[in-house]
Amino acid sequence: MMLPTGQWSDRVMALVVWAIALMVVGVFFWIVADLVRHGVEHLSWQFLTDSPRDAGRAGGIGPILVSTLLILAVCLAVSVPIGLATAILLAEFARADGWLGRSIRRSLDVLAGVPSIVFGLFGNALFSIYLGMGFSILSGGLTLACMVLPLLIRSAEEGLLAVPDDYRKAGAALGLSRSAMLWRILLPAATPGLVVGLILSTSRALAETAALLFTSGYVDRMPESLFDSGRSLSIHIYDLAMNVPGGEGRAYATAIVLLGLLITINILTFWIADRWLGGRITR
Amino acid sequence: MTVHDLAVSYGAKPALHNVDLSIHRNCITAIIGPSGCGKSTFLTCLNRMTDLVPGCHVTGRVEMDQTDITNGTVNLIALRRRVGMIFQKPNPLPLSIRKNLTFPLKQHGLRRRSERDAEAEIALRRVGLWEEVKDRLNAPASGLSGGQQQRLCIARALALDPKVLLMDEPCSALDPIASGVVEDLIASLRGKYTVVVVTHNLAQARRIADDVVMFWVRDGAGTVVESGRAQQVFESPGSEITAAYLRGERG
Amino acid sequence: MLLNNCEQSVSRRPSGTDRWLERILRLAGILAGAIVVLIVLFLVIEAWPALQTVGLTRFFSDPSWHPAGGPEQGRFNLTPMLVGTLLATAGAIAVAAPLGVACALFTRFYAPRRIGQVHHRVLELLAGIPSVVYGFWGLVVLAPLIAKLQPPGQSLLAAIVILAIMILPTVALLSEAALRSVPQAHLQAAHAMGFSRLGVIFGAALPAARGGIVTAVLLATGRAIGETMALLMVAGNVVQVPHSVFDPVRTMTANIALELGYAMDHHRSALFVSGLMLMLMIIVLVGLSEWMGRSWSRG
Repeated sequence: MMLPTGQWSDRVMALVVWAIALMVVGVFFWIVADLVRHGVEHLSWQFLTDSPRDAGRAGGIGPILVSTLLILAVCLAVSVPIGLATAILLAEFARADGWLGRSIRRSLDVLAGVPSIVFGLFGNALFSIYLGMGFSILSGGLTLACMVLPLLIRSAEEGLLAVPDDYRKAGAALGLSRSAMLWRILLPAATPGLVVGLILSTSRALAETAALLFTSGYVDRMPESLFDSGRSLSIHIYDLAMNVPGGEGRAYATAIVLLGLLITINILTFWIADRWLGGRITR
Repeated sequence: MTVHDLAVSYGAKPALHNVDLSIHRNCITAIIGPSGCGKSTFLTCLNRMTDLVPGCHVTGRVEMDQTDITNGTVNLIALRRRVGMIFQKPNPLPLSIRKNLTFPLKQHGLRRRSERDAEAEIALRRVGLWEEVKDRLNAPASGLSGGQQQRLCIARALALDPKVLLMDEPCSALDPIASGVVEDLIASLRGKYTVVVVTHNLAQARRIADDVVMFWVRDGAGTVVESGRAQQVFESPGSEITAAYLRGERG
Repeated sequence: MLLNNCEQSVSRRPSGTDRWLERILRLAGILAGAIVVLIVLFLVIEAWPALQTVGLTRFFSDPSWHPAGGPEQGRFNLTPMLVGTLLATAGAIAVAAPLGVACALFTRFYAPRRIGQVHHRVLELLAGIPSVVYGFWGLVVLAPLIAKLQPPGQSLLAAIVILAIMILPTVALLSEAALRSVPQAHLQAAHAMGFSRLGVIFGAALPAARGGIVTAVLLATGRAIGETMALLMVAGNVVQVPHSVFDPVRTMTANIALELGYAMDHHRSALFVSGLMLMLMIIVLVGLSEWMGRSWSRG
């Protein structure tokens, strides 16, 4: 038996929920369509390779792409070994109730919530000034490394936890050393989780702006070493939009490049998670 | 191998207490008893797999060749080479059939590849798997049937030349035919290895065991209520509990 | 037997490689865990001069924010920025929390399977758009639209709308996960009692998932408090306590981003004080969500 009033409120609720869902999708397409409509005319191969001229109103984003990739490289080169090692420690070595594991976990929980501008303050104080790296790609990359660590560790740990315990038992019963188990069995089996973590960290680092403002700096010339200041794509968008009258066109185009990179990475993650991870877990 | 006053607890919860037992060299000892009476826990004490369980606490002594293996200074890797273990669910490593055998050998110091391959073949022949898999040694072990996987796991343990083999219901996850093959294989190990096998299947215990140990829950934790030669335990059990369990009235 | 040559006595200590491995892992773990401590340490060190000579109370009682004049002549009132951050966050949560939960209900209960999956993907893509792109879009599209209603456009309202769009995917995706983890038996029981779909949602699904949903909202709050670039670009950045949603505001984060570049001495130190305040808010939020998670899993 269904009460008529119940049916009524049911329909209204369905209508409201559908409307909200459509609205959210609408906003997404509005944003993307706006970016594409205004930016696509400025996109060309030249735009990707040329240096910016006239404060970025003309020319391209060649040096900025290079700086972005260098910052990313520094970030991953530092965060991946530390992140992987910490994940292995948490998943395979630290007892769940041990104080070390517990305190590392808690501290990472807080780290994951730290606002990016606070990372900027910290990076500026520690790397740029205290360690004397100044405004440089190195400072920026190291700051981002601190920022992506929790993300990296979480996914790597999940990858390791998804490896069936049967393997660990088999290894222990055969008297295999833990290092041998780790390199030959556990890490290969956890690869999908590790790759997903890597990709998520990459997209987080690419999207970041506030943490880089006062660590890697604004300079839009081609960097000659890691100690040079370098401007990331995200900072370029900010600078063109806020500080350069008439810079909107190039800002649109840069935003498309950045979004394009991120969406490619996102699809890649999805594909890996689906094909590879899904396959592993069900087998 | 002798066990003195062994007790195990998980956190505050006791699992085993007052276990005293001796296990005869090169015999097959079957451990029987109802579920949850600590049979598997007992087995894991014999190769210190208990170390893997957080909060697990073991007291008492387990002596193997005059060494107390519950002692903290024991070299676990050497211990587990001497004491192999077979699990209820076959657990081949995610490697090829060949690598499942040669990787542990390599880890235990067998440097030459040709020697490892030779050992792998001997072990596979020993469990009667060689003819079935010799043409696909590089295929993933996960592609084998359940019974083949279990025999591969036994071969993997035998390749390390252990003195003792612990088996935790090795046939219960297999179909009846594969189960029969594995059971015959276990029976053929008599006289060469000390085998301790946990089983739910009384008929199986009757067929293969030299000695039988009966576990039961007493005062909230598992303990041994009877042990002895198989024939004696099955035909004239000394304990009323064992008799009732064997008649199917309890447990 | 070939292996006999490595027959070892059972009473020897475990292998050296394993111990070295564990030492290295421990070192890395401690390093990763120490970063938060380092962050707080550096914030405190840098904020110390201002806390020492200006004192905490003046950050709330000074007549204005003109920090360049040194500890004596300078004015250090952070209240307008604090109010800006709190208003923008509260507004965004008020908008995004119900909409986000509605999106989660949509993918879980209302949408056909395919459409639900597509919607889920769109939410993931929205979550992946960088904040600087949201800020840019807000600056060139949203702010002019609001300016037509009432100038100047860059305002608290623009900040709330952009922030709401940014945190909505967080609320939606995490609530969806919470709804998915509600046991199917729970929902079947509600269906079996003849509940309408609304009844199943409000009587069974939402109560069972409320812990996860509250955590989602808390996480989104943290993200909103810490958001910098988008607000920097759309909120107008005028240091004032707003009188209406159309007034421009400056948040704590935007203030740091705007001024750290040229700030000296006590001005710089004062910015680190505001960073410390942000950090405290986040620590309180993380603690709160952990505490809630615990009390709910117990109940």
